[in-house]
Amino acid sequence: MCSLFANSHSGAPILLVAFCALAVAACEREERQFRPKPPEAALTNTIHMSPIQPGMPRLAVQTRNDYESNAHAVAQGQQLFRAYNCNGCHSNGGGGMGPPLMDGKWVYGSDPANIVATILEGRPNGMPSFRGKIPEQQVWELAAYVRSMSGLLAKDVAPGRPDHMAVKNPENETERMPPKQTGTPPSALGTD
Amino acid sequence: MPGKNYAGHRFSGLDQINVDNAKNLQVAWTFSVGVLRGQEAAPIVADNTMFVVTPYPNILYAIDLTKPGGPLKWKFEPQPAAAAQGVACCDTVNRGAVYAGGKVFFNTLDDQAIAVDANTGREVWRAKLGDISQGETMTMAPLVVKDKVLVGNSGGEMGVRGWITALDASTGKIAWRAYSTGPDADVLIGDQFHPFYEQDRGTDLGVKSWPPEAWKIGGGTVWGWVTYDPAANLVYYGTANPGPWNPDQRPGDNKWTSGIFARDLDTGQARWFYQWSPHDLHDYDGVNESVLVDLDYGGKARKLLVHPDRNGYLYLMDRGTGEVLYAKPFAPITTSTGVDLETGRLQYNPAAKPIPGQVVRNGCPASPGAKDWQPSAFSPKTKFLYIPHNNLCQDVEATQTSYIAGTPYVGMDVRMNAGPGGHRGKFSAWDVAKGEEVWGIDEDFPAWSGAAVTAGGVVFYGTMEGWFKAVNAETGKELWKFKTGSGIIGQPTVYRGPDGNEYVAILSGVGGWSGAIVAGGLDPRDGSAALGFVNAMRDLPDKTARGGTLYVFALRQ
Repeated sequence: MCSLFANSHSGAPILLVAFCALAVAACEREERQFRPKPPEAALTNTIHMSPIQPGMPRLAVQTRNDYESNAHAVAQGQQLFRAYNCNGCHSNGGGGMGPPLMDGKWVYGSDPANIVATILEGRPNGMPSFRGKIPEQQVWELAAYVRSMSGLLAKDVAPGRPDHMAVKNPENETERMPPKQTGTPPSALGTD
Repeated sequence: MPGKNYAGHRFSGLDQINVDNAKNLQVAWTFSVGVLRGQEAAPIVADNTMFVVTPYPNILYAIDLTKPGGPLKWKFEPQPAAAAQGVACCDTVNRGAVYAGGKVFFNTLDDQAIAVDANTGREVWRAKLGDISQGETMTMAPLVVKDKVLVGNSGGEMGVRGWITALDASTGKIAWRAYSTGPDADVLIGDQFHPFYEQDRGTDLGVKSWPPEAWKIGGGTVWGWVTYDPAANLVYYGTANPGPWNPDQRPGDNKWTSGIFARDLDTGQARWFYQWSPHDLHDYDGVNESVLVDLDYGGKARKLLVHPDRNGYLYLMDRGTGEVLYAKPFAPITTSTGVDLETGRLQYNPAAKPIPGQVVRNGCPASPGAKDWQPSAFSPKTKFLYIPHNNLCQDVEATQTSYIAGTPYVGMDVRMNAGPGGHRGKFSAWDVAKGEEVWGIDEDFPAWSGAAVTAGGVVFYGTMEGWFKAVNAETGKELWKFKTGSGIIGQPTVYRGPDGNEYVAILSGVGGWSGAIVAGGLDPRDGSAALGFVNAMRDLPDKTARGGTLYVFALRQ
């Protein structure tokens, strides 16, 4: 398409070359990776649940979840969040039977791999273990959506509208809540 | 027992505290229960001892009333599974223990009924009755009659199949179990079953009034109040909402959910059934108390049953036959237009029916109903029923939902708001025979505590801000109030102490479905949190914080 265009308007080749380069770049940016590979399981070796460690501190490395920069994957996560009844306990992020997900409190860690571990392994005060029940690739999509709820994803990636009745601001308008590894599990003693 | 008598009157014959001296009430002693979740239990007094059960982890305390300050006699920790907290729909509450024959009986959140020796605090038996991995929990207070302990399950938001079970009080063995859905054999429907209305007659309606197999995950849990008529040997209890909330996924009347059963105590066989809300559209559980009253009605002495339902109607029924004598609104209603007394059928307003993919606005009462679990009290002196209730409406959108065992099975997006007038709660007195409200007190928050009334003409209840109030039973005039440490959603208990004086006890500690925003630390920016209740309760965290303290009051000497 660019070459045809260039042939019929040979008067401004340099401009056209620049234009074509831009167009190609734009095409590339639009190219969507519908099923990017989830991060290697080995990466989860870097996560930990306590900020305290004996001796020299380890380097904090955040797991990279490529879905967090992929609007389609986050939208998939948003749909899966309902399909697997996550919303039944966590509502649209404000919580209910389960704790809120849209605030900055991360009982079991805010790293994407921590969230994946929470979904797969469950947690002792009532989070069910979904290991073997949800494909792992979908769990990473869910983890990306979960982090969007507290405003941690880029605004052009986070969902801009709910699929259902409006009950809160959409994720891309949610104030970024800096993750705080704070509190204990929302146990009976209510000490979170 | 929490209901004070088998009829569920919550009436104390004591009159030392009366309308004139109630202003002299003051704190006698307090006790911290060490758990900061919603305190819905009634303190129970027997053998000069007070028994209190906490929300999860369901610690049972015995407090010695013979000594100053109420020292601890013993405590019993049943150690229920922590994971049970994740399948309890509306906070991890417990509605109380019951004392009978030297034993204290109570349920744990992880589906155990336990009997403890009242004197020693040692376990006598425990019975595992349900499975948290199926979303089943237990929160109700048992009723003990003769040699039977009657208990039921919770989990209507998790696709649980509801049941009531009678246990042998001395061994904990199951005597009978009656399901709320399924074939007649499972529901204990046999040749003694004579429902008053045509709509409840037929074979295996608990299967036929559902899409294929849906009854297996259809709800109808039994988490409310059970009452008993010794003369007829019948127990009365309500069944909860059908699952899921989205009505489009379960065409049919969804028997035997959102209704009331009368059953023979000894065999469990059903005598009659009436469905408050056939094919429930709005999560109108039918589990509210059915208070048994003997009154002159229509010129005759009648054995009656009075029941303020979630759907907004107060029902007066013949408790022998299940006939509805009247069904009158006790709160604003837009979801229905009345009850047809010929057919017994609730007349739904089609404009308020939830529709998938559409927002249906301003349906009243909201899902917690005109009144939820919070039990009313009946005074045989005034013949009034004292009803703590809600004034809430809601917008809903039905959504498709899939059953995944142990996860919520709801299919409804909800946001609640204050009802007409802007107050979210009310405490009212209802003349049962006349069928009309006598007086009412508007409350800012839902009146989520139970009520108790005395021969001294005083009614007690609490508010979610933390006020514990005494009002005149005749007029509703406020006599006294005291601000406790946290919001009150408990049940007042009036008792005579070993010293002969009258006391009133209440647990303070906000929570429950209405107080989940505080008890669970929910985020007010999401109106759909706690099944949409948070939308109406955003200001509660500004008014109160979590608590768990028992307060006991007496007159200044």
